[in-house]
Amino acid sequence: MLTAIVLLPLLGFVLNGVLATRLGGNLVGKRFVTVVGCGLPLIAFALVVASLVELRAGAYAPLVEVAYRWAQIGTSPFEVAFYFDRLTAVMALVVTGVGSVIHVYSVGYMKDDEGFGRFFAYLNLFLFFMLLLVLGRSLLVLFVGWEGVGLCSYLLIGFWFGDLANARAGKKAFVTNRVGDAGFLLGMFLLHQAFGTLDMDRINAAFGAATLPAVSASLVGLLLFAGASAKSAQIPLHVWLPDAMAGPTPVSALIHAATMVTAGVYLVARMSGIYLHAPEASAVIAVIGVATAFFAATVAVVQTDIKKVLAYSTISQLGLMFLALGVGAYAVAIFHVVTHAFFKACLFLGAGSVIHALGGEQDVRRMGGLARRIPVTFWTFTIATAAIAGIPPLAGFFSKDEILWFAFASTRGGSPVLWAVAAVTALLTAFYMFRLLWLTFLGASRMTPEVEHHVHESPLSMTGVLMLLALLSAVGGFIAVPQFLEAQLPLPALHEELHRFETPLLVVSVAIALVGLAAAAFLYGSGPARSDALRQRFPGLHRWLASKYFIDELYERAVGRPLVWVSDRVFLRFGDRAVLDGTLNGAAAIGRGSGWLLGRVQTGSLHVYVWLVLVGIVGSLLWSWRHV
Amino acid sequence: MDRTQLLIGVAVALFSLGLVGVIVRRNVLVMLMCMELMLNGVNLSLVTFAQQTGTTVGAVLVFLVFVVATVEIALAIPIVLLLVRDKRTLDLGAYNDLKG
Repeated sequence: MLTAIVLLPLLGFVLNGVLATRLGGNLVGKRFVTVVGCGLPLIAFALVVASLVELRAGAYAPLVEVAYRWAQIGTSPFEVAFYFDRLTAVMALVVTGVGSVIHVYSVGYMKDDEGFGRFFAYLNLFLFFMLLLVLGRSLLVLFVGWEGVGLCSYLLIGFWFGDLANARAGKKAFVTNRVGDAGFLLGMFLLHQAFGTLDMDRINAAFGAATLPAVSASLVGLLLFAGASAKSAQIPLHVWLPDAMAGPTPVSALIHAATMVTAGVYLVARMSGIYLHAPEASAVIAVIGVATAFFAATVAVVQTDIKKVLAYSTISQLGLMFLALGVGAYAVAIFHVVTHAFFKACLFLGAGSVIHALGGEQDVRRMGGLARRIPVTFWTFTIATAAIAGIPPLAGFFSKDEILWFAFASTRGGSPVLWAVAAVTALLTAFYMFRLLWLTFLGASRMTPEVEHHVHESPLSMTGVLMLLALLSAVGGFIAVPQFLEAQLPLPALHEELHRFETPLLVVSVAIALVGLAAAAFLYGSGPARSDALRQRFPGLHRWLASKYFIDELYERAVGRPLVWVSDRVFLRFGDRAVLDGTLNGAAAIGRGSGWLLGRVQTGSLHVYVWLVLVGIVGSLLWSWRHV
Repeated sequence: MDRTQLLIGVAVALFSLGLVGVIVRRNVLVMLMCMELMLNGVNLSLVTFAQQTGTTVGAVLVFLVFVVATVEIALAIPIVLLLVRDKRTLDLGAYNDLKG
């Protein structure tokens, strides 16, 4: 059954990829693509639910299914084995559930695109690799899925590759991820050397054993985190995610918000056996996570592209998840993965609905007043915004509050400093999300009359999905994910003396969300005057934030240009042209020169040749007479 | 001066005449004839020495030279004919197309 879960989307990819693309001559129509592209993920979702029932019936003993033995090297087998436990169940439900509804949404969103079949083929391929990643028992299978989702991300970011900027964005995502993958691979090598297996449950068990394993947990932890930080867009490898918004909006929702970017969180949670013995690596994760969360939130405050705001918001939320991982609250991080998948997918799809309604406009400066024109989108977007801002009792409030609490009180590296930065991040989150809501839907319209004339609510296939996700964003917090995962991923112990802060912090947390809402309402509620005044008061800060801390420019100077210089001067001009070409040209020149020299003898006059022959004969006769 | 010395002298004279002819003349046919002269000089010396030593090896070798000379002329004359057809002259100075 586990194998079927993974293979169903692959079947969809093959069918749609062969029959519904230009490659196969567009044999089938959109109806076939829709049925195959959405139906198979839905069946996969049903199978995940069935597996969960089976898991529960077996008292939560992990289900293992060996699909294929790849190779046997020495005593260590490399198997394609699938593993289904509580953590897998949560992730697989999110991937297939949210994935399926985004597929349904895409039917409406992409209906006029000529690459309809290709789009669904890619989406199904992505789902296949993502399920391989989540269900794989061995790090090797996980890595195959890991690279596969990277490939699909690349293909889908550059889906409209006719525009060079989209193709560039895809390339940037791909190259940035390779940096992290190098670390991931090294970590895998170390683990295999130490344990002779890459099965993650065995590795976790080995780290928990009485005898210490012959490998540094912190080193392995940091190497794996390098891979996770690239996939989940953490500092310093976050630069690809904002550019990845070049892809179609359902892709942003599915890959770059709900599922793929949380693969890094899943990896760390899955390998928590290592991180429990690696306090240094955990501290690094917590600090990088909270720094990323804060940094991205500040950038999101000044962005004007609706999808860019959501992209930085995603980076920020991922940072919070890593903060939770860093303080040992793995189950809480997964909880936030789940709620984030609900409300961020809803936000992205809502943004897609807005873009759809405005005929491709993404700049919030040319929106406004949409609330009455597209009410379903507005209300679902509002619910999701309130959820991410942490307004109780919506989903984001519960998960974010737990992250803040464990960042404050965990005995595994929690500290008030982490809490303070995370709380400021939460404040900024509430502020920029309500700012986005105001600029997009409320206030006076700033649209051109032509655009305004065409505004229309999206079809039911899109609004239905929005309503479903809004519902999940509203009630998702009541799904007790941490309690469900507790048996597998126990929550860290808390500092006893800090328990008295629990209720005050809860109040602060709610207050933060409301302050963010109030600030946004104050600045943007009554037209642009106040926000413009604020911008003119701090022009330097605004420029600094709007240019994303000049990190792209920094990388361009520090990495891009030196690389181009080395490639041009050392590899091209010196290595290729001077050394390689030079050697061959030199050899040819020697041949030509000696040919020219010998050619002088060939005078073309037979008499000279005869003379030479004569001289030769006489000379050799004389020599032989002398010496023989 | 006995007969052997005389014959060797004639042989050397024939060879030298041929050699000088090959070197100084520019007419292709004359040069070919001069080469035949050289061969004849060699043949004469071979026969002379065979007579002197009373063996037949030298005489047999002469027949071999005859055969080789015949073949050589049989090949050389058509070549000369082709050359002449190309440039309408027997002067070797005209045939320097392979000059390096």
